[in-house]
Amino acid sequence: MSKAVLIDLTRCIGCRGCQIACKEWNERKARRTSFHGDYTNPTALNSDCYTHIRFHEQEKNGVPVWSFVKNQCLHCKEPACVSVCPVTALKKTEAGPVVYRYDRCIGCRYCMVACPFHIPKYEWESALPWVQKCSFCSERIKDGMIPACIKVCPTGTMFYEEYDKVVAEAKNRLNRSPAKYVKHIYGLEEAGGTSWMYISGVPFEDLGFKMNIPVAPLPDLTWEYVSHVLPLFGITFVAGLGAWVITRRHANMNKEG
Amino acid sequence: MNDTKEIKMMTPFTMVLLLAMALGFVVAIYRLVNGLGAATNLNDDFPWGLWIGFDLLGGVAMAAGGFIIAGTVYLLNWKKYKPIVRPAVLTAFLGYLMAVISLFFDLGQPHRIWHPAFMWQYHSVMWIVAMHVMFYTTTLAVEFSPMVFERLKMHGLLKFINGIMMGVVLFGVMLSVLHQSSLGALYLIVAEKLSPLWYNSLIPYFFLVSAVAMGLNMVSLESIISSKAFKHKPHMDILQGLARGSIITLGLYLIMKVIYLLQGPGFAAIFNGSMEANLYLLEVGGGVVVPLVLLLGTNVKQGVNGLLTVNILVVAGVLLNRMNIAVFGLYGYGKSMGGSYFPSVMEFLLTLAIVALGIFLFKVAAKYLALFPEAEMQT
Ligand code: SF4
Ligand code: SF4
Repeated sequence: MSKAVLIDLTRCIGCRGCQIACKEWNERKARRTSFHGDYTNPTALNSDCYTHIRFHEQEKNGVPVWSFVKNQCLHCKEPACVSVCPVTALKKTEAGPVVYRYDRCIGCRYCMVACPFHIPKYEWESALPWVQKCSFCSERIKDGMIPACIKVCPTGTMFYEEYDKVVAEAKNRLNRSPAKYVKHIYGLEEAGGTSWMYISGVPFEDLGFKMNIPVAPLPDLTWEYVSHVLPLFGITFVAGLGAWVITRRHANMNKEG
Repeated sequence: MNDTKEIKMMTPFTMVLLLAMALGFVVAIYRLVNGLGAATNLNDDFPWGLWIGFDLLGGVAMAAGGFIIAGTVYLLNWKKYKPIVRPAVLTAFLGYLMAVISLFFDLGQPHRIWHPAFMWQYHSVMWIVAMHVMFYTTTLAVEFSPMVFERLKMHGLLKFINGIMMGVVLFGVMLSVLHQSSLGALYLIVAEKLSPLWYNSLIPYFFLVSAVAMGLNMVSLESIISSKAFKHKPHMDILQGLARGSIITLGLYLIMKVIYLLQGPGFAAIFNGSMEANLYLLEVGGGVVVPLVLLLGTNVKQGVNGLLTVNILVVAGVLLNRMNIAVFGLYGYGKSMGGSYFPSVMEFLLTLAIVALGIFLFKVAAKYLALFPEAEMQT
């Protein structure tokens, strides 16, 4: 069975405990940051930061309203990153996490190009860089623990369970308090479905979520071509051979005649 | 034989080439020691840049002439084009060399470039591309080898290679058709990121057709330039044949472009003044429409210089197309993520060096190998 997570944005208070826990557990080094106009810090994920809280300030009836969005790999059910990696360095595990196996990676960065959620990051400053991203604490899960970020969250923003139970819980919350939530489970259908999903009280498009992600699994877009590779190979072979036979015979006939 | 042997190696132009290569060599070492971040302006919002767009995609497209001409001569038995088989195959080989070298320096873990051969993932277009590059570079080396064996007077091997040539050429054509289209297929997965001016589900076939156009014009361009440089008469009938091929391919390409423009973002999208729209106009106007108009006007085909102009326009147009897809068409997305990208000086220098290496090797081959056997016989 595979694990999944529901992030209920209405519960997040923006304390960033998850962000710190993640950094500690994964032993990522701290980077110096500077003020830049809002509280999102660092401004984007990077190879030392697998998850961060985005701060979104809006105005409702003249009062500022804050929303906090935890951002990390969504562990797609059919991940674009896994399908494009030429050496299977990225892999969707049965338990749910999409993991990176550095001993295979050649550093082509196609995973970064392909991920619809802009997640994999690169160690640009290193001479022999790796790709970095959230691993859903795959090692902790293996040992029967829960992911570090979920462990420290003081408000229970993240609901961690079997995939089916998580989806049921999300639907349940939307049904129970329709006034509190917008009617959408982000990640239920996006990119063919993800193991991490969100529900929110504020429209997702106002919180920096990408709303134009195809609903079909992204690898299908490529498979449409890849599944034609062998037939294409065969057709070219037959056409080339045919042309050769015909033109040869033609030439011979001309010689005789 | 005497004629080409008189090609002077130590010209000022060669010096410039050598200088460019020397600079590129320094950059290459710097890149290996200090990493991609130090040498390039690539970043998390722009993981692919000039090296992928120009060197890799462009280099491979440039190579298309090899399979077209080899296929025309060996499979279609169209003897007229025999005199240009060798330069075409050599160009293809150099194009792939360009692609492989740039890929080597672009990979974060270059010493693992062989991994795809052992760690299979046939769902990945990148894997398909990697395997193709490996097989086709070998195939091209075999297609090219008779020139070397002739020179070394290894007659046994020469006979063997010529005996299996038809099979090798056929294999090369099969690989190329797939490889050219696979490079386009790399971009199928970025459906919501790539500008709709370039994205559509047929993008692999757009790559294939434009590569054919580029290949034909590249071969023509080289024939003209080498005939000028090495002072032998250009084969006008061959050049005109290539031009006819260009008319057909460019015509088809233009029709595809127009249909998919109308189906996708619509005609107005190319006149909205955005950077993408202007680049699209430049690419399709300068690289497809103008050459087509020129070729259809009869007198252009008569003169070498007219043809040369067309060749340059088409080659530049397809190169721009590859850059448009690899960099500019994805620029809006990267920017929306807060990033920006303009190639670093070192990125430009390495690219320049690789181009210089290609031209230099072509010149060396022209001097020491029988690259233009027929032209040499004429004089
Ligand atoms: S969110 Fe991106 S990195 Fe994470 S599994 Fe999906 S495609 Fe891969
Ligand atoms: S950078 Fe590494 S993990 Fe990403 S696609 Fe390339 S080989 Fe796979």
